[in-house]
Amino acid sequence: MRTLQSRNLTLGYDQRTVVQDLTVELPAGQVSIIVGANACGKSTLLRGLARLLKPTAGTVMLDGKDIHARSTREVARVLGLLPQTPTAPDGISVAELVGRGRYPHQGWFRQWAAKDDDAVNAAMAATDTEELAGRDVDELSGGQRQRVWIAMALAQETDILLLDEPTTFLDVTHQIEVLDLVTDLNRRKGTTVAIVLHDLNLAARYADHLIAMKAGEVVAEGPPSDVVTEQLVSDVFGLESRVIPDPVSGTPMVVPVGRHHSNGGSMPSAA
Amino acid sequence: MVAALGAAVVILFFVNVLLGSYTVTIPDFFRLLGGADIPGASFIVMENKLPRAVTGTLIGVAFGLAGTIFQTMLRNPLASPDIIGISYGASASAVAAMVVFGLTGVAVSAAAMIGALAIALLIYLVSHRSGVSGGASARLILIGIGFAAIMQAVVGYLMTRTDIRTAQGALVWLNGSLNSSNWDRVAVLAASLVLLLPAVAMLSRSLRGLELGDDAAAGLGVRVGPARLGLVVTAVLLAAVATAAAGPVAFVAFLAGPIARRLLGGAGSLVAAAGVGAVIVLAADFAAANLIPMFLTNGTALPVGVVTGALGAPFLLWLLVTTNRVGRGG
Ligand SMILES: Nc1ncnc2c1ncn2[C@@H]1O[C@H](COP(=O)(O)OP(=O)(O)O)[C@@H](O)[C@H]1O
Ligand SMILES: [Mg+2]
Repeated sequence: MRTLQSRNLTLGYDQRTVVQDLTVELPAGQVSIIVGANACGKSTLLRGLARLLKPTAGTVMLDGKDIHARSTREVARVLGLLPQTPTAPDGISVAELVGRGRYPHQGWFRQWAAKDDDAVNAAMAATDTEELAGRDVDELSGGQRQRVWIAMALAQETDILLLDEPTTFLDVTHQIEVLDLVTDLNRRKGTTVAIVLHDLNLAARYADHLIAMKAGEVVAEGPPSDVVTEQLVSDVFGLESRVIPDPVSGTPMVVPVGRHHSNGGSMPSAA
Repeated sequence: MVAALGAAVVILFFVNVLLGSYTVTIPDFFRLLGGADIPGASFIVMENKLPRAVTGTLIGVAFGLAGTIFQTMLRNPLASPDIIGISYGASASAVAAMVVFGLTGVAVSAAAMIGALAIALLIYLVSHRSGVSGGASARLILIGIGFAAIMQAVVGYLMTRTDIRTAQGALVWLNGSLNSSNWDRVAVLAASLVLLLPAVAMLSRSLRGLELGDDAAAGLGVRVGPARLGLVVTAVLLAAVATAAAGPVAFVAFLAGPIARRLLGGAGSLVAAAGVGAVIVLAADFAAANLIPMFLTNGTALPVGVVTGALGAPFLLWLLVTTNRVGRGG
């Protein structure tokens, strides 16, 4: 089983520190979901974990070894990343884009082979994108395009997969579809997954391990049922809420209070 | 499709060598190649037409690759070296060499190369001050266009400061012309490409990763920083050696990639872009040296760059009008 962890990790852009002294471990074979307010450093942390940013202090360890000490290609065969806003080249077809996921498995003397076709076909089957194969990526709907990008990440066949807001721009049906898909992958192959997600309720439902971030630090982590409390939601998002069991999954469900439409008397106020 | 392009390059190459102002038969051509001396034909073919066609092919390849590498890396069809000022940097430097220092031949080529690299470095330094993501590509292109304007002004200034004969020589060079092709220049060009083409081949894999954005590329195992630097330097050198050989033949770099993409009906390949570049230059030179004089200008041959410029300008306008709608760039 692969392990990915950070130790006292500090990350930033040009002197400005975004993530501060952060120690976290992605539990092997589980789905971890990272939540937090906008601009709190979730993407930055994910980029740091994927060795896209060099730490200003601390280390990221892949299988107990400094990730920056490994060859980037070797890392790419083990750890895949789907960034928040990937860009598809003009006129590229779905099959070709998914095929780009095979990049780290190829080289000068290792050209395209049957194994690559198998990986691409499997990735497209898992994401239900087979019938899109010949289409231009530009012409797809947001949901289809997102599934194609996920297919590309799957075609990379890594044991660890990091996904940055894979459900943004998707309607609720497709959000569920994407999260189910990732969960399938985790359950079937034991892939260690980390997802940045902005929907707290979906995060609480789909996470084995929830990581709540605020201002570049981890404020709480653990199973969602332990982590998601009214106090935490207030701390992390500055939102007054009630937390009740999700009627479908039994996981914690956050119901925001807001200033209007509350029938005040029926529940005790936390304030 | 790539095979068809290759065939087109070969056919156009022979059209340029065998037809036109002086027609040679194919058997005669091979006898000439074999070293036979055919009065009249020997000089025209061996010292004029052949080096001219070879130069045209090679600069087409070099411009086509340079433009496509830039366009792909910056994800914007406007990012080609003839638009973002790199070719103009080469021009300004070459004209300065001719006009101010009275240099000729290889020294002018060297000056063009230095100018191209210097402008590329300046554009990089000015645009890099504020990060690499987001609108960086659009900003880099705008800064490049600004430098292009400055360099054009420099060229204009130098041209007014010199005597008419030097100015005329410089002007022909500035239009992009294969008239002064000779084996010495072919040798310099070919030697440069022997070094640069393997570099392109080695970097082309990384380029296909970088097309997806820096983060996605890094996730796939591309070493983004070194790959980007290698690609920029290679593309600048390609544009520079081609400009040094024949002047800034307008818009070949700019047109080759998009046309190749359209022909292949998908993400274009560098090989196809190189072929399209060669086709453009060879076809444009045949038109400029033979067809246009025959039908339009009463015998006056034009520099090849005039024809490629006339082809490229409408395409540039079309791109400027449609780019935002398509939502490319930053
Ligand atoms: N490439 C970058 N250059 C400079 N600052 C950045 C860059 N990316 C993100 N930031 C800054 O870092 C902070 C955290 O950003 P990010 O990690 O993207 O937050 P999140 O993903 O949680 O919304 C923000 O203030 C953002 O402006
Ligand atoms: Mg983010």
